[in-house]
Amino acid sequence: MLNICDAHVTFNPGTPLAVPALRGVNLDIEKGEFVTVIGTNGAGKSTLLSAVSGDVRLDRGGVYIDGHDVTGWPTERRAGLLGRVFQEPRAGTCSSLTVEENLALAASRGGRRGLRRALGRGVERRHLTEQLARLGMGLEDRLGAMVGTLSGGQRQALSLLMATLLPMKILILDEHTAALDPGAAATVLELSAEITGEQKLTALMVTHSMRNSLDYGSRTIMMNAGRVLLDIRGEDRKRYTVADLLDLFKKTTGGEVEDDQLLLG
Amino acid sequence: MSALAVSGAIEAGLLFSLVALAVYLSFRVLNFPDLTVDGSFPLGAAATAVAIVNGIDPFVATAIGTVAGAAAGYVAGFLNVRFRILNLLAGILTMVALYSINLRVMGRPNISLYDHSTIFTPFEGVLDLGVWTNSAILLVIALAMKFLVDWFLATQVGLALRASGENPTMARAQSVDNNRMTLVGMTLSNGLVGLAGSLFAQSQGVADVSMGIGTIVIGLAALIIGETLLGPVRVVWATLGCLIGAVLYRFFIAAALSAGFLGIQAQDLNLVTAVVVAVAVILSQARRRLRLRLWPKLLGLLPRRQTQEG
Repeated sequence: MLNICDAHVTFNPGTPLAVPALRGVNLDIEKGEFVTVIGTNGAGKSTLLSAVSGDVRLDRGGVYIDGHDVTGWPTERRAGLLGRVFQEPRAGTCSSLTVEENLALAASRGGRRGLRRALGRGVERRHLTEQLARLGMGLEDRLGAMVGTLSGGQRQALSLLMATLLPMKILILDEHTAALDPGAAATVLELSAEITGEQKLTALMVTHSMRNSLDYGSRTIMMNAGRVLLDIRGEDRKRYTVADLLDLFKKTTGGEVEDDQLLLG
Repeated sequence: MSALAVSGAIEAGLLFSLVALAVYLSFRVLNFPDLTVDGSFPLGAAATAVAIVNGIDPFVATAIGTVAGAAAGYVAGFLNVRFRILNLLAGILTMVALYSINLRVMGRPNISLYDHSTIFTPFEGVLDLGVWTNSAILLVIALAMKFLVDWFLATQVGLALRASGENPTMARAQSVDNNRMTLVGMTLSNGLVGLAGSLFAQSQGVADVSMGIGTIVIGLAALIIGETLLGPVRVVWATLGCLIGAVLYRFFIAAALSAGFLGIQAQDLNLVTAVVVAVAVILSQARRRLRLRLWPKLLGLLPRRQTQEG
């Protein structure tokens, strides 16, 4: 479903500030796999997601989604194949549009937008209300509310629904619970797992929490210094504990792990 | 104030409400501070005047003025998205270039339309309204444009345009091409300005190369007055605010002129407009600051209320 071949990215190339962010990443993700990505700050997790979404262009290598070579596609073209939830709740939704308008925008993602009325009536609206009710955030009664008046958790749940409203190839979750309070974070994470499982989505989730990286999904990747350090799945993955990940991490990097870099719990 | 002065003020107000709608589209919806307006307004006037003088039907001539304005907007947008020229500068460059272009289009600094029929002429015999004839026709046009903008911003493209202006990152993730939206928005906005210029020339009976100076500031003044009165959030209210703001603004200016208030004369118009806009912006910022400072105190006095923001 997703193939990343020999991906290289360097920020500020040719200057003293040059930072190699990806140094030859190879990754093949099967249809229906839910991959969690973990690593310290600067390991290249977010760059990897950006390389898939198109926000970052590769210096070398290729990205293939469902057989399409999307390496040269701009972000807005790839968006037709992807669903995305950003880290910052404000980034993924539009404050001055209503809940319904935000959803309408997501409902026309990847299609040709014309001069048809954006908001649906009757059946379509009932469908949206049902979907919103499933989030359990009370948004079903607030179709006409400006998104700017919602809480961070509500906005992120809305983002998740917008990302998964249409059939798509890959769901990208970029530390999408990191900016939420612990309660809202747990709710949104549960919702993500629920929706991904139900719709059998192929998903790529970056997280700072080692615990979450093992508890959620079907495959875990640990990144370090722009490379994939560890790639576990199936029976093999079930044997791993947070302590194992930590040991492995220390052994390979030879460094200390700081608390603010990786959450162990 | 004489009936003629009042009808003249309302006529000018309705004309500039089209500019206010255009400024709402560029400044507010698209988040593009577009200064092309001072050039596309006289361009619409010039193109229409030349067409009418050359015997072209006034309605076709009006369409030509509108399309000319739209083309100017496209150029400014193109400079911005294709060559990454700062939006403010892209508008200024287009505006300056248009001054020369407008002189070329007209072939001289001004064209009189006094002996020619305009789109207002056919209605003069039908509507028995005397000095109010032009105002009545302009009211219909302004309302039609308001509803057109309302309708457009509620379509799929319109929604994409609004998202693109407010949150380009989110828009791109929803497969919106932000560059294309800038071009669409700038073209529509300046098409409205071209139409306003075209109608202005026909109602005043003259197209003049310097008639565009200060157009953008009058449009902004009208927009801000409308927002202050009706609140800027919902599209249908914001566009209604453009109409009301523009008419009120011209009305007060006319009243100040006729009353000799502070010795204001016609040539002081741009100064007054600039002061009004500056004061309105300063006041709205001060009000926001004041509210921020007052809220914690008020919350301390009042029973605690659950806030949704977080």
